[in-house]
Amino acid sequence: MAVVLAASSTVPFAVLPALVLVPAVGAALVACLPRRRPELLRLVAVSTSVVVGGMAVWLLSGFDLDHGADLQFVSSGTWMADLGISWTLGVDGISLFLVVLTGVLFPIALLAVDPGHDDRAYYGWLLLLEAGVMGVFLALDLMVFFLCFEVVLVPMYFLIGRWGHGNRAYAATKFFLYTMAGSALLLVGILALAFLHADAVGGRVTFDLVAIAEAQAVDATAARWIFAAFALAFAVKVPIFPLHTWLPDAHTEAPTAGSVILAGVLLKLGTYGFLRFGLYLFPEASHHFAPVFLTLGVVGIVYGAVVATMQRDLKRLVAYSSVAHLGFIVLGTFSLNTEGIEGGLLQMVNHGVSTGALFLLVGMVYERRHTRQIDELGGLQKAAPVMAGVFTVVMLSSIGLPGLNGFVGEFLVLVGAFNAHRWFAVVAAGGVVLAALYLLWAYQRVFHGPAQGDNATMADLRLREGLVLAPLLALIVFMGVYPKPVIERMEPAVDALVAHVEAHVDGFHEPTSQFGSEVEPLGDHGTGHDAGHGESDDDHDDGHDEHGEDH
Amino acid sequence: MLAVATPEVLWWALLPVLFLSIGGLLLLTVASVVRRLPDAVPQAWTVVTGLAVLVACVPMWHEVRDGGPRSTLAGSVAVDGSTVLVTALLAAVVVAVALLARPYLSREDLPGVEVYVLLMLSASGGIVMASADDLIVLFLGLEILSIAVYVMAALHLRRIESQEGAMKYFVLGAFASAFLLYGMALVYGATGSTRLALVAEHLSTTVLVSDGMLLAGIGLLLVGLSFKVAAVPFHAWTPDVYQGAPTPVVAWMAAGVKAAGFAAMVRVLVSALGTHASDWAPPVGALAVASVVVGAVVAVLQTDVRRMLAYSSIAHAGFLLLGVQAADADGTAAVYAYLVVYALLATGSFAVLTVMGGEGDAAHRIDDYRGLARRRPVLAGAFTLLLLGQAGVPFTGGFVAKLGVLAAAVADRGYWVASVAMLGAAAAAFVYLRILVAMYLEDTGDETDDVGPVPLGARVVIGVACAGVLFVGFVPGPLLDLARDAVPQLVGGS
Repeated sequence: MAVVLAASSTVPFAVLPALVLVPAVGAALVACLPRRRPELLRLVAVSTSVVVGGMAVWLLSGFDLDHGADLQFVSSGTWMADLGISWTLGVDGISLFLVVLTGVLFPIALLAVDPGHDDRAYYGWLLLLEAGVMGVFLALDLMVFFLCFEVVLVPMYFLIGRWGHGNRAYAATKFFLYTMAGSALLLVGILALAFLHADAVGGRVTFDLVAIAEAQAVDATAARWIFAAFALAFAVKVPIFPLHTWLPDAHTEAPTAGSVILAGVLLKLGTYGFLRFGLYLFPEASHHFAPVFLTLGVVGIVYGAVVATMQRDLKRLVAYSSVAHLGFIVLGTFSLNTEGIEGGLLQMVNHGVSTGALFLLVGMVYERRHTRQIDELGGLQKAAPVMAGVFTVVMLSSIGLPGLNGFVGEFLVLVGAFNAHRWFAVVAAGGVVLAALYLLWAYQRVFHGPAQGDNATMADLRLREGLVLAPLLALIVFMGVYPKPVIERMEPAVDALVAHVEAHVDGFHEPTSQFGSEVEPLGDHGTGHDAGHGESDDDHDDGHDEHGEDH
Repeated sequence: MLAVATPEVLWWALLPVLFLSIGGLLLLTVASVVRRLPDAVPQAWTVVTGLAVLVACVPMWHEVRDGGPRSTLAGSVAVDGSTVLVTALLAAVVVAVALLARPYLSREDLPGVEVYVLLMLSASGGIVMASADDLIVLFLGLEILSIAVYVMAALHLRRIESQEGAMKYFVLGAFASAFLLYGMALVYGATGSTRLALVAEHLSTTVLVSDGMLLAGIGLLLVGLSFKVAAVPFHAWTPDVYQGAPTPVVAWMAAGVKAAGFAAMVRVLVSALGTHASDWAPPVGALAVASVVVGAVVAVLQTDVRRMLAYSSIAHAGFLLLGVQAADADGTAAVYAYLVVYALLATGSFAVLTVMGGEGDAAHRIDDYRGLARRRPVLAGAFTLLLLGQAGVPFTGGFVAKLGVLAAAVADRGYWVASVAMLGAAAAAFVYLRILVAMYLEDTGDETDDVGPVPLGARVVIGVACAGVLFVGFVPGPLLDLARDAVPQLVGGS
């Protein structure tokens, strides 16, 4: 994230505004279609999201690797110029893969499940949700970011409330209020930051992220207060222990597509916020408060894992596993070094893919058996071997098995945390073991053992379900085996972010390996190297990985 | 014959007041002479009068913008952006209320002329109040406005709540008027004039050695005005009146009376007493915080939707006070933008309530809204938009309004006030969510639809309100420009 906005001459059209506008227009279109034509509604919704997904993936190829640290495809338009708010969008290595993840997950979520009733509103809300999420990831203006961050609540509220299960009204309301209360102070913080910045540098009030972050004009005490306001909003959204209590309810009661999007994308709004609007805007305050977040992150990892182990409801178990996974992301982010942040970023994508897939699978089981109680399931493997196989792969990815995507991210986070604060990493590594425990145990209870009653005759994956899961499986394997294309796009931006933090915090140096000079920091290896193993000279057994030869 | 020097009169500037007051009186006369006046006539007459005022506002606006603000009738009536904007706002609300009133009156079998007459008179009072450049004129306007509203609140003859609410409103209102008058007297004593321009001039050129009298005067003025805009702790009448009064009248009270009250408050406090902002801004900030918090929290405990919206209107008053306590042009502009948006939200919401009330105007329990989305998807959708707007969700006018006052408060270093207000707003969101939950997530199971057909007038009002709320949410520029041009200016010192 440098000041220079790379000139993007290769862009044939304003792709970033299109990423926001197309789903919004799709939603409007859906709203105009006749209510009683579900197949037509579905077609419009799915094709809209596929177009958006296509544009997001196209972004990957158009992304200029030589300027990986710069904001690309920047487009700017005036909006509320009176208040200094402008519609500025841009993408860099930090947001790129979250945009792609959003683009990929929405068509999958849309294709995977039928709403069952009120199709028109369902598809409309989902598309609006996609527009809002894209806006959050692309916004380079604090106020536009806030608008999108906040507006996302409304579609999600209705999705949980109207198409959810069981105690859905309670879950939806809790979700809405928690997040709304969390972000109430965010708005005050944004305003305070913009006004203090304008006072300090002189000139008009602006909400331009880059201008404010590069100037660092606000004095340290004020910055810490404002950071606290920001952090509260993000911490609720992530959610960081102890603000996580809305998550199990919302995830469990949400419809399958809602859970997929909620876990896959919406939780990332918080972790992404920490990176872009925490570390970048408030390097000093982030450094100051880092121990708090490291602690809460580790607590989240252990707590989430322990509570997940105790769950009787399969979906709730997956929900609590999210708490643990997001603890890892927070841990990596606040390690404040390249490995940690990169690992955290990678985990955001990984968690989106594998937890998204897990929720899809749980949804498929529920659709067949109408129960999510682990006790009532069992022996499903006999009737549904393919499903069991897919579940195994996804579960192993979630556990962090080497060779699958989860490993790369988790490993980088642990390396980063180890270099920064050794004991946090040690405790967090315990969380990895617990993850294996609760997921394997759940798998064992659900898929193994004798199959009784309906469990013995459960249908296996249908073609459509297989097609929906296939891209996720491909991503799980691809990113586990060959994460280089992802990492090399993230790394320049992450390096720049760490350098930014270093430059603005007195006496802070990026915590790198404490094992002497034979290990170089990741960023210096050049593009040809595989970043996963820069300093893996500890006892991690990564022999399963094809690219372990690096060290 | 002694030639008496008469003050200069800008007749064009007085047209709105004349239209409304003469229109009201004419209607009253005609109605008492003609025995069987068709129902449509008074309504049409009111709508036409309101529209005429709106039309008159257009050249006035240009005149004021090009020719600058001025003061007429010997410096007692201001002709500036604020006057024109509030006039237009009140006229628009008059039209909306008139549209809502006729189907309501025929449904409730109530006499069909008085409401319109009182509405027009009340609006003329509101305009006088909002454009008063002199404390005495302010009081005149306030009384014309209020007395008409007291009667309107009591108009539902067969509902004891209507009588009860009006009685409370009247008694407390009389008290508030006394406070206000006393405050005016003290300000006059301290500054030697009731003309706002002279008060401001005196205060900016003179250092008061002992300003006790002035401060007491400001305090009493504040009490009187806070009562009119229903700020905590002067809000006690609001829930009862909102619950009891005929619903279209409540729309007028929420949108119209509040706008006139805030316009007067801004003119007196910010423009005339701006030099003493350091004295009155902290108490106004306290009133703002108290209103938002109490309004939001108590609203949560209500089970009657009208009481919920009454408390939420108290919370909105708190947000408006947030803009007032900033005591600068930005804050004032934010207040005006908020007033416009709130007028849309309030008239729209109470239009929905008018429809939902059903025969007897009694079906306002939250349970009556259960499953509305299934029975009446469009009505529920419109109400959803209006409620989300009230909650301040982005891309609705409500957000733009909140952002403005909040920005004014934060720019003024009012971090705590702004933070507490935002937390209050988050609590208030729960209130709106409760209604949404009832409409969408709770099904009664039965498909019986006891909501009658939505009358055309209500459709127009709800449609315009929704469109306006969305438009402001997406394209806030025009409204913000308008509000900036509407900041009151005092003209004509000595």
